[in-house]
Amino acid sequence: MRDNRSLYIYFGVVLVGVIFILRLFQIQVLDDKYANAADRISLRKQTVYPQRGLIFDRHENLLVYNDPLYDLMLSVPIRISNIDTASFCKLLEIDRAEFDKRLNAAKRNSFRGKAIFKKNISNLVYARLQERLYEFKGFFFEIRQDRNYKYNSAAHLLGYLGEVSRKQLDRQVEEYYEQGDFNGKKGVERFYEKELRGVKGEQYFYVDKHGLDRGSYKDKKLDKEVVDGKNLYLSIDIELQKYGEKLLANKLGSVVAIEPSTGEILALISSPFYNPVKFNIQNRGSYYNAAINDPTKPIFNRAVSAPYPPGSTFKPVMALVGLQDGAITKNTYFGCRGYYKLGRRTIACHYHSYNTSLQKSIASSCNTYYCNIFKNMMQSGKYENTEEAYNSWRRYMRSFGIGGELGIDVSVESRGWLRDAAYYDRMYGEDKWSYARIISLSFGQGELGLTPVQMANVAATIANRGHYYIPHVVRRIENQDSIPTKYVVKNHTLVDPKHFDAVIQGMQQVTRTGTASAIAIKGIDIAGKTGTVQNPHGKNHSAYIAFAPADNPKIAIAVVVEEAGYGATWAAPIAHLVIEKYLSPDTLEVSSRASLEKKIIKSNLIPYKYRTQRDMSLYAE
Amino acid sequence: MQSKSGIDIISVLLFVAIAALGITSVYSATYEPGAESLFAGRSGKQLMWLGISVVVGVVIFLLNANFFQFFSWYIYGACMLLLVLVLVIGADISGARSWIKLGPVSIQPSEFAKYGTTFAVASILSTIGFSWSKLQDLLKIGVVILIPMGLILIQGDAGSALVFFSFFLVFYREGMTSVVLISGLTAIAIFVFTLVFGSWYFSLAVVGIFLVFYAFTYSEKKLLLPSISIVALTILFSLSVQFLFDNVLQEHQQKRIQVTLNLIEDNRGAGYNVNQSKIAIGSGGMYGKGFLNGAHTKGNFIPEQETDFIFCTIGEEGGWAVSVGALVLFILFILRLYHLASRAKKKFKRIFIFSLASILFFHFLVNIGMTIGLMPVIGIPLPLVSYGGSSFLGFCIFIFTALKLDATRDEDLISTYS
Ligand SMILES: [Zn+2]
Repeated sequence: MRDNRSLYIYFGVVLVGVIFILRLFQIQVLDDKYANAADRISLRKQTVYPQRGLIFDRHENLLVYNDPLYDLMLSVPIRISNIDTASFCKLLEIDRAEFDKRLNAAKRNSFRGKAIFKKNISNLVYARLQERLYEFKGFFFEIRQDRNYKYNSAAHLLGYLGEVSRKQLDRQVEEYYEQGDFNGKKGVERFYEKELRGVKGEQYFYVDKHGLDRGSYKDKKLDKEVVDGKNLYLSIDIELQKYGEKLLANKLGSVVAIEPSTGEILALISSPFYNPVKFNIQNRGSYYNAAINDPTKPIFNRAVSAPYPPGSTFKPVMALVGLQDGAITKNTYFGCRGYYKLGRRTIACHYHSYNTSLQKSIASSCNTYYCNIFKNMMQSGKYENTEEAYNSWRRYMRSFGIGGELGIDVSVESRGWLRDAAYYDRMYGEDKWSYARIISLSFGQGELGLTPVQMANVAATIANRGHYYIPHVVRRIENQDSIPTKYVVKNHTLVDPKHFDAVIQGMQQVTRTGTASAIAIKGIDIAGKTGTVQNPHGKNHSAYIAFAPADNPKIAIAVVVEEAGYGATWAAPIAHLVIEKYLSPDTLEVSSRASLEKKIIKSNLIPYKYRTQRDMSLYAE
Repeated sequence: MQSKSGIDIISVLLFVAIAALGITSVYSATYEPGAESLFAGRSGKQLMWLGISVVVGVVIFLLNANFFQFFSWYIYGACMLLLVLVLVIGADISGARSWIKLGPVSIQPSEFAKYGTTFAVASILSTIGFSWSKLQDLLKIGVVILIPMGLILIQGDAGSALVFFSFFLVFYREGMTSVVLISGLTAIAIFVFTLVFGSWYFSLAVVGIFLVFYAFTYSEKKLLLPSISIVALTILFSLSVQFLFDNVLQEHQQKRIQVTLNLIEDNRGAGYNVNQSKIAIGSGGMYGKGFLNGAHTKGNFIPEQETDFIFCTIGEEGGWAVSVGALVLFILFILRLYHLASRAKKKFKRIFIFSLASILFFHFLVNIGMTIGLMPVIGIPLPLVSYGGSSFLGFCIFIFTALKLDATRDEDLISTYS
C-alpha cells in the first residue's frame, strides 16, 4: 500500500511539473498579449524635438529664436506613491484639487507610455521642480521649442506656431506630426514649416517603474537622429519694417515695400499689429480672445489678405493697357470739363485745365481721361463685342498679377477681386452689358480689388518696365543653394516695355507738379500715383503707389490707410518717408520732413467707432 | 551513483545546478548597469551564504549520523526557542516580525523551524509502537506541528505557516488514512467552487447529484443515511467557507484569492504583482530576452523580484526553454530525494528525507504557481533560488543533513518497517 502511495506522490509531483510547463508554454509562446503588455509598460519612445530654425532679416539681424517650453509628463503605468504631494503642489503652484484633477486626466489620456500632467511650464517653475524631481518618481519633463522675438515687430509676416490641428493630423500624408506637436499656423512659420521644423528624433528605451532610463532598445536600431531646422534669412529690413510700423501706428492699413530688381519684400506691414510674443505658444491663450474681439482685427494680415479697390493708383496700369492695346498713343489728349458724360450719367472729375495729356492725366489724376481709354478699348474694332474686349482687358490685368494669388511666401494670401465676363453675364444678362456698366474699373473702382502686396507688385512691375518677380520674403535658406525657383523667374506683362517710359514720366510729374508734389523729397526722384478710394462704409481710403529712384528703382511701395481721406494726405507722405528712410536714412533726421514724420506718427486715424473697443495689451511690450 | 563517502552525486549535482541558477538569477534581478560584479551586491551576499553553507555542510558530514536522531528534540527545541525569541526581540520588517538582527545579518527563524520540526515529526513517527489510531500519538504530532505554525502566524507570516501542511504528504506516505488527504483536497475543491459560484449554487449542485445518485441506489436503504449526512456536511462546509472567507480573512487575502480564481481583475492593486509577474514571464517568449536583458526585471516593475518572484527573471530572460530547464531541475531534485527516502533503511531517515522533499515540493508548487497565476500570492521563497540568507542557509543545512543521513544508510543494518 505504501508503494502505491509513493507512486501517487511521484505522479503528483510530475503532474504539477507538466501543468507548469504547459502553462508556461501558453503564456510565453502561444499568447503574445504578455509580450505586448511588457513593451507597453517598459518600452518608451522619447521624442527628441529639434531646434526650430532661427529667422533673420536681410542684414542678418536675429528676429526669431527658440524659447524652451517644458511639459511635465507622467510615466505610464502611473504609480505615484510616497510623494510629498503638498510640496509638489507648492513647487508647481497648483492646489491639491487641481493636482487630483490633473492626475485623473493623465490617467485617462495616457499615450505610448506617458501622459501629460501639465503643459507649458514656465522656466522658473521648471528650474525649481527639476532640482527636486528625483523626489517625485514617475514625473519627467519633455522639452519643446516655443518662439521668442528680438523685436516687437513684423508679427503678421512672421506668423506663429500652434498645436497641429485634428484635421491636419488626419490628413497628413507622411505621418510626421503627432498630437500635441507644434507647427506654423500663419506667416513664414507656416510657409516654411518644413524647412524650419527640422526632423524629430526618436529614441526607444526601456524605463523602470519610475520612468527612469534603463537602456536602449534593440541597440538603438529603431532610433532616429534628430535634425535641427534650417535657419531662414528674410529679405525684410527690420529697421525699415519698424519704421513703417511706427508711421502706421494707430491707423488701419498696410505698407508693402519691394525691391523691384529681385521681388524681395523689404517691409510688409499690416496695422494694427501686435507684439508677436503675445501670440507664441505660452501667451496666446491669454491674448487670443482680446485679439478676436478687437474690431480692428489686429491679427488679420491686411497686407496680403485684404483687397481694396486701388482707386486712382490703378491709372498707370490702365494707361499702359491703353497704350499697348492701341486705345491711345502717348500723344493722345482728351478734353475734361470736370466730368465724363455717360448718357444721362456723369462721372465726376475735379478741377484742372481742359486739355489733358497722358502725363497730365496721371499727375492730376483725371478720371475723364481713363474713361475715354476704357471706352476706346471696349469699343475697339479689334474686338467682336464687349465681352471679348473685357476678356482682353482681364488678361492684361492677370499679367500684372492682379486677380490671382501672386504666390508669395506669407500666408494667407487673398486673390483680390477681378471678375470674369460670366460674372457680368449673370449680373446683367448675356450680351446685355456694355463698357458703360463697368467703366469705373478704368479708374480703379468697382469690381476690382488689389491687396496691398498686389499694389506694391504693380509698382515694382512699372519700375521694372514690364516685368516682376513674385514678391517674397525669403532671401536665403540655410544649407540650401537656392530659394524656390518661382521667385527667381521673370514674369512679363502683356505690355511692351517701350510703353512704360511715357507712363513713368507721368508718375514722376505726380511728385513734381502733381497730387503729391507738396511732399516731394529733395534729391530722390520718386515716381508715384495717389489714390483716394471710395469707401461705402466710411471715409475714403487713402492709397499710394510709388517707386524710386525713377530711373534706377531700388524700392517700390504701396501704402493704404483705411478711412483716412485723400491719398496725398496720408498714404503718400508715409510712402515717401519710408522711401527716404530706405534710400538715404541719414538725411531724414535733419530734413524739414521731421515735422511731417512727427505729425503722422501722432495721428490717430482709427475710426471713432473702434477706438474704445481696442485692447492695447496686445501691442504692449 | 555515489561517492566513496556515500554522498549521492546526482543530488549534489542537482543541488549545485539549482544554487547556480539561483545566484545568477539574483545577480540579474538586482543588476544595475555597470555597477556590480557577480561577487558584489546581493548575488555576492548569496555567494557568501553558499560559502557558509558549505562550511556548515562539512561540519554536518563530520558529525555522526546518529547524532541527529539523538538530538532531534534539542534541535526542535532550539528552533522553537528562536521562534519565541523573534516575537520578543524581533525587528519589524514590512509588517512582519520575522527577523532577528545579529549585527550585520538578519536571520529568519521561520526558515529553520521547518528543519527543526522535521526532526520532531520524524522522531515521533519512527518511535516504536507509534500508531495512527492512537489518539495520544495524533495529539503529539498535532502539537509538534501546531506550535511552530502558531508562532509563525503570530509573526504575521501566513505563507511560512502554510508550509507545515507539507507534512500531511509525509503522514499520507507513512500510513495515515487517506481520508484526511482526500477530504483535504475535497475541501479545497469545495472552497474554490463556493467562491466561484457561491454556496447557494454549490448546495443546489450537491443536492442534484445526490438525487441522481439516489435514483439509482434507492433500493440500498443503508446508503441513504450516510449519503444524506455527507450532503449535509458539504453544504454546511460550503456555507461556512463563505462565512469564513467574508468574515475571517483580511481584505487583501480575500482579494489575492479572488484574483487567482479570476473572480476579480485588479491589476493595480491586489493583482499587481501577479499581473506584472505574468507579463515579465510571458514576454520571455521561447528563448527569452537574454541574460541581464530582461527589460521588465530591469525596470523593477515586479515587487520582490529577487526574492519571492525570482522566477520572473528566469522566465523573462531565459524564455520557455530555460524555464522548463529550471522546472525539470526541481522536479528531478524532488524525485531524487523521494528516491533517497525510499531507499533508507531506517524509518527516521526515511521520514526526514521524505519531509524535506515534500517541503521543497510545497515551496515549488506554491511559489512557481503564484508567479504564473495558478496559485494565490503566498509569500514563500523558491528554495535555493530566491534571495535571502536564512532561506538559503536553512535549505542547505536541511539538504546536507538529508544527504548525510542517506550517505550513512548502509550502517543501518536493521531495516525498519512498518
Ligand atoms: Zn479730368
